[in-house]
Amino acid sequence: MSARKAILQVKGLQTSFFTDDGVIPAVDNIDFSVHEGEVLGIVGESGCGKSVTSLSIMGLVPSPPGKITGGEILFGDKDLTKLSDKEMRKVRGNDVAMIFQEPMTSLNPLFTIGNQLMEAILIHKKDWSKKKARERAIEMLKLVGLPRSEELMKDYPHQLSGGMRQRVMIAMALVCDPKVLIADEPTTALDVTIQAQILALMKDLNERLNTAVLLITHDLGVVAETCERVVVMYAGQIVEEGPVPIIFKDPQHPYTKGLLQSVPDMRFKKQRLYSIPGNVPKPGSISKGCRFAARCEFAFDKCLTENPDLYQTSSVHKTRCFLYQNQEVLAHDRTLIES
Amino acid sequence: MLHYIGRRLLQLIPVLLGMTFVVFMIIRAIPGDPAQVILGQQASESAILALRTKLGLDNPWYIQYFDYLMGLLKGDLGESLRTMNPVSNEIWTYLAATFELSLFAILIAIIVGVNAGIISAWFQNSWFDYTAMILALVGVSMPIFWLGLMLQYIFGIELGILPTTGREEVRNPVESMTNIYVLDTIMQGRFDQLGTVFKHLVLPGLALATIPMAIIARMTRSSMLEVMRSDYVRTARAKGQKMFWVVYKHALKNAIIPVLTIIGLQMGLLLGGAILTETIFGWPGVGRYIYEAINFRDYPVIQSGILVVAFIFVMINLVIDVLYSLIDPRIKYD
Repeated sequence: MSARKAILQVKGLQTSFFTDDGVIPAVDNIDFSVHEGEVLGIVGESGCGKSVTSLSIMGLVPSPPGKITGGEILFGDKDLTKLSDKEMRKVRGNDVAMIFQEPMTSLNPLFTIGNQLMEAILIHKKDWSKKKARERAIEMLKLVGLPRSEELMKDYPHQLSGGMRQRVMIAMALVCDPKVLIADEPTTALDVTIQAQILALMKDLNERLNTAVLLITHDLGVVAETCERVVVMYAGQIVEEGPVPIIFKDPQHPYTKGLLQSVPDMRFKKQRLYSIPGNVPKPGSISKGCRFAARCEFAFDKCLTENPDLYQTSSVHKTRCFLYQNQEVLAHDRTLIES
Repeated sequence: MLHYIGRRLLQLIPVLLGMTFVVFMIIRAIPGDPAQVILGQQASESAILALRTKLGLDNPWYIQYFDYLMGLLKGDLGESLRTMNPVSNEIWTYLAATFELSLFAILIAIIVGVNAGIISAWFQNSWFDYTAMILALVGVSMPIFWLGLMLQYIFGIELGILPTTGREEVRNPVESMTNIYVLDTIMQGRFDQLGTVFKHLVLPGLALATIPMAIIARMTRSSMLEVMRSDYVRTARAKGQKMFWVVYKHALKNAIIPVLTIIGLQMGLLLGGAILTETIFGWPGVGRYIYEAINFRDYPVIQSGILVVAFIFVMINLVIDVLYSLIDPRIKYD
């Protein structure tokens, strides 16, 4: 798996919001990479910076007040943070596409499905004829499993159900064969059966088209089902990163442990559901120490005064917790011995 | 759709009937007697009585109202007490003049107002936004007679580049067919006259456009600001669409409906005749026509004039309602 090439690399990304109350870093020093053809999940609760991360990649952070204040986002040899508006438009929808949480409002209600799909094609394929674009659009609608796709081209979004609209959004995002698809909570607004269908579709398309997917969600179930690797975010930082089977079996960061414990388990009926005590700190409110320390049952003195790094605890696993600081050394030694 | 339009037209009947009654009663409640006005202060009692009988003004009000309605059913708007001409012949010339001026004014207001609103919303809190919105505030609060006089003074007198009164050059009058001079001169191929007709339109047009322009700009801005935050605008940007098309295609179409409502109302108001502007610029429009009729207690002209204006107002709103459903597929009337 690690042999696959990284196509999107986020390095030290910092996106801040300039408000009347001062500069608030919504994401702070984020590092991760998306490999060719993989499904990478980003999990975390509301306000942890998942969506800001994805909007930063797309260059769509609402500005003002938001701005990328540091780091780089490498796509191939291009740094997306340094591209001009015109160059960035060529990347959007063409190399990197995105679908959103709200299928009900993400399509323009006043234009037909066909118009919106063909628009997505003709923006990037300037030499294509309308007829060719139309054929491609119909082909995409079929690909995402929508019946009677010819007639659908003439329909308006309000004539479609939520699940169908999300399928249209996926078709629209994939219409130019992007290398990376960013899906920001694509199933949150849908009911459970439709959720499963959409996830299966995305997984299927990922395998068939070899499009890498960056799946942003708060739902660990979705991650377990769809992703190969996962990045756990808390309060604007990455707290843990690793392959899904390892993280689910052997979570290291106390926050990830807490998250996994809060998932309801059908096998134990009468148990009261676990919840992590306390609340997510307001962005920018913690200046020193570990951001999770106040809610952590394992916290000790150092956690309150020093900011832990993201420690490499094995060749594929990283954790931002002092408890694993020594394991990094061990892992390092192990690799030395192995080599 | 045709069903809906038919139903709306049927609904017009009670509306207009109610209107005729209210107007009929109100003008008779104003002190003053048409016979007295026509014959002057020195007229003898018997002469006035005789004229009242001749004009049918000695009948009880319900007989007069009934006669008036019967006339309307036959398409007869009555005769002016002052000129003795049928109102239907007379009013057309004035309406055409008003129509030409209003259309010119509303076009300026729409083109400038909508674009100013869009750009203000697009570059919110920029110097353009602030300037445009301050100007819009000045625009809505400026007394129109003052603005008219200033325009005349600056462009007509100081700079001397534009005519200040009337619709045409007195020494080179337009040969009227439809009485919409722009149309007349084009149909006659008199393009030299078309130029002067346009020149005459500019100042009253600007004066008349100011308030609707300001209202349209503010409305467009607030409507656009709301739409620009919507998810589908973000989707359009995520596709890689140019900001210009995101704004003018995706956002504008969604933002235009409340603006259309305002445009319809303003257009209706303008077509009702702008007495102040028409008086200042010597424009022979329907506002002045009705105003003068009121001074002369010319009952048939007042009644029928207001009826026609109300009819136009309602029709414009009907057109706007139909436009809604053409723009938004979710709006269905049948």
